[in-house]
Amino acid sequence: MNDMTPIRSGRPAQGEDGPLNVSRRGFLGGAAALVLSVTLPVGRARAQTAGAVTPGTRIDAFLEIRPDSTVLFRSAFMEGGQGVFTAMAQIVGEELDVDPANFVVESAPPGPDYLLLGGGRFTGGSMSVRSSYETMRRLGASARQMLLQAASEQLSAPAAELSTEPGRVTHAASGRHLAYGELAQAAAGLPVPENVTLRSNDTFRWIGKPVPRLDVRDKSTGRAQYAIDLRVDGMLHAAVQHSPRLGGEPEALANEAEVQAMPGVHSIHTLPGAVAVVADSWWRARRAVETLQVTWTDPAPDTPRAMPADFSSETRRETLKSTEGDGIAFEQEGDVAEAFAGAARVVEATYDAPYLVHGQLEPPSAIARWNDDGTLELWIPNQAPEMFQADAAKLAGIEPEKVIIHSPMLGGFFGRHFLYQTANPYPQAIQLSRAVGRPVKLIWSREEEFLRDAVRPLGVARLRAGLDAEGLPVALEAVAIGEGPSGRWFGRAADQADSSAVEGMAGKVYAIANRRVAQLPVDDPAIIGFWRSVGHSMNDFFYETFFDEVADAGQQDPYELRHRLLAESPRHRALLETVAELSGGWKRGPFTAGDGTTRARGVAMASPFGSEVATIAEVSLQDGEVAVHDVWVAIDPGSIVNPAVIEAQVNSAVALGLSSALLEEVVYVDGIPQARNFDGYPILRPDQMPRVHVRIVESGAPMGGIGEPGVPGVPPAVVNAASVLTGQRIRSLPLAKIELKGAEG
Amino acid sequence: MELTINGSTHQIDVEPDTPLLWVLRDELGMTGTKYGCGVAQCGACTVLIDGQATRSCVTTVDSIVGMTVTTIEAIEQDSEGQKVVEAWVANQVPQCGYCQSGQVMAATALLKQTPQPTDEDIAAAMVNLCRCGTYNAISAAVRQAARA
Repeated sequence: MNDMTPIRSGRPAQGEDGPLNVSRRGFLGGAAALVLSVTLPVGRARAQTAGAVTPGTRIDAFLEIRPDSTVLFRSAFMEGGQGVFTAMAQIVGEELDVDPANFVVESAPPGPDYLLLGGGRFTGGSMSVRSSYETMRRLGASARQMLLQAASEQLSAPAAELSTEPGRVTHAASGRHLAYGELAQAAAGLPVPENVTLRSNDTFRWIGKPVPRLDVRDKSTGRAQYAIDLRVDGMLHAAVQHSPRLGGEPEALANEAEVQAMPGVHSIHTLPGAVAVVADSWWRARRAVETLQVTWTDPAPDTPRAMPADFSSETRRETLKSTEGDGIAFEQEGDVAEAFAGAARVVEATYDAPYLVHGQLEPPSAIARWNDDGTLELWIPNQAPEMFQADAAKLAGIEPEKVIIHSPMLGGFFGRHFLYQTANPYPQAIQLSRAVGRPVKLIWSREEEFLRDAVRPLGVARLRAGLDAEGLPVALEAVAIGEGPSGRWFGRAADQADSSAVEGMAGKVYAIANRRVAQLPVDDPAIIGFWRSVGHSMNDFFYETFFDEVADAGQQDPYELRHRLLAESPRHRALLETVAELSGGWKRGPFTAGDGTTRARGVAMASPFGSEVATIAEVSLQDGEVAVHDVWVAIDPGSIVNPAVIEAQVNSAVALGLSSALLEEVVYVDGIPQARNFDGYPILRPDQMPRVHVRIVESGAPMGGIGEPGVPGVPPAVVNAASVLTGQRIRSLPLAKIELKGAEG
Repeated sequence: MELTINGSTHQIDVEPDTPLLWVLRDELGMTGTKYGCGVAQCGACTVLIDGQATRSCVTTVDSIVGMTVTTIEAIEQDSEGQKVVEAWVANQVPQCGYCQSGQVMAATALLKQTPQPTDEDIAAAMVNLCRCGTYNAISAAVRQAARA
């Protein structure tokens, strides 16, 4: 990535390292105001203490208590709509004894304090709250204890006589109070306590309550700032045009002089796999770069990840379907071969689901600035700042400590902002900034984003079930054919299945005595990524829809069969009963609704990301298309932090799951994705949104995830319902590509 | 070229066919109005032009000279806009929030023209995309704003 050639620079390079004019929130005040806080730049603190830090324990890395007793909290996890900033304020505030409304939360910089996920850090896997819940409570409790100790000294009163109420320490005997803001400086000098007592759950004021989100007013008035909104002094704007087929390189520019003369154009550049124009505004840069007439080379034979010219999603699907083999077992129980041999009947089906883009509404961007002290500063949407820091350092040829990463609010992510080869704009911004000697802000247009997003892989699954004489399943085999994103980006041992390829067919809870779930790996030519709920996003569709086929083959009601196979699993059976009750009692249909339409319902269960979910959908057919009227979701995440956020996340998950079931599909032809904007890649519209009914069940099981678990049950519940009306099996998504016939209206 | 935005007059020196969106964002630093698709599909760039909800990503500046532009930055100075914002907060509508400037502008335009919208009016007017799926919260908030 270092063979960039500035073709021509219309102006002399200028070194401009003026101060960032991204304003900090006003009420935080100046740096002199910070008290219980880190006093060294985090980068330096890291260099001095790396290796000696236990993540999540150094209070000053996370908390600043201001003179006005408000709290600045640095979150290890990024906010992108899932409400994690508010959750952090609730959890820390509960133990610190500060109302979450008095928190300001921002993304923490890279650093050893924030490596809360087994020594690493990312925002994903629905892991944020459940992985840090205890640690963040202890952090808040420790800080409170230090404030109490400081108050004890200032008031000359024994700590045992002191208590706290939100934002202050109280000495009841003398009626005296000290606000946290008055104590923070003294508290900062005290040692962090070794042991702290956490609040009893029954005294929670904020954990478990529908605390309003901290960012809602800013997001309702246009004040929230995303990466794409930021500006640094002296910056130029850049736009790119990528090789339509991944792996091609710019060979010749036919009209370079014409483009160079366009208004506002600063310079034209070739980049790996792309051309760029730097200009004085993004619109001018974009218009210029899209005016460039570029001849692209065919990828050189050894180009890694070059897209073959004959690649299409259709051939990929057929290739996977026709790939023979049993794959690498991921989950095995009982004796599958013998059970199939003795089965009264065998049901088989092959399912598939398409490539998907993330479609987060904020197009990706990056601001890069080289500073006089040799540091490189980046403002980039990301879900894993340390990983981006390390990669940027490699590209820039400097030490990671010299790369400063800012992680703004994400305008949606859904897995989009991990480190994906060729799918992140910051390498281009780094190169352009170095070439022009000024800060550069690069935005990928929606068209470039849809061209280079890391797609949810296309998946195929072969499923087979053996039924006994009573029509009950005694054996089930599921083989996922293709490649998963975990294996792609983190490696897969040759003899091991990738969990991200099988999750959602593995880990099912039904009592089927003989089971085998396997992956038959077939490398995917596309750049694949994590898409909200990852393997579950398609595998629960495959499994739970096939489950209804099995039920029908055995002449069982699909709800009753699930219920029966959960007899030994009280948590799941209760959840299934809960969603049935929430929907007014299970009925499959077809039935006639109050408005005269013919409707049916489908049910599905999923066990994603540590939570349990049961989903029922009610649909009708309108003009050959599925209309979804209601979706009922019972979700058991064990225990919770914010029920309002959970309800919002379930609504969101229903929307995304339904969008994928009904509409979404990336089609590749000749190695190129065909849709370049939302006109060619429709996503769920408001008029397609069903009513969503949510019931949260707190079973007391270990805390599970929230952001993703609502997604996987939606496609199978919808398709199972649709199949009741059409009388035909639907084994391929999205539904929009199928002409559905059946009980209309 | 002279543009009237949120009650102030601005002298703009750009190509006449520049979309209003990029004048707002890059020339005037008003980044509350968002770029999502650039082809009038998503509605994140919705502003009011003479009170009408308009997609600024496909509205060239030369087509609106002499007209009145209102953006999200001035929404709380508008009586309907203020109601909409309060309803948005009360209903906790935003998730990632990226589309919400456009949603708030669309809702404000609706209530200016139809103070008591039916559910059909709301469905017809509130057509902007939201990838987080806040659609139900949006409808509830519009209904609440109409009652306020």
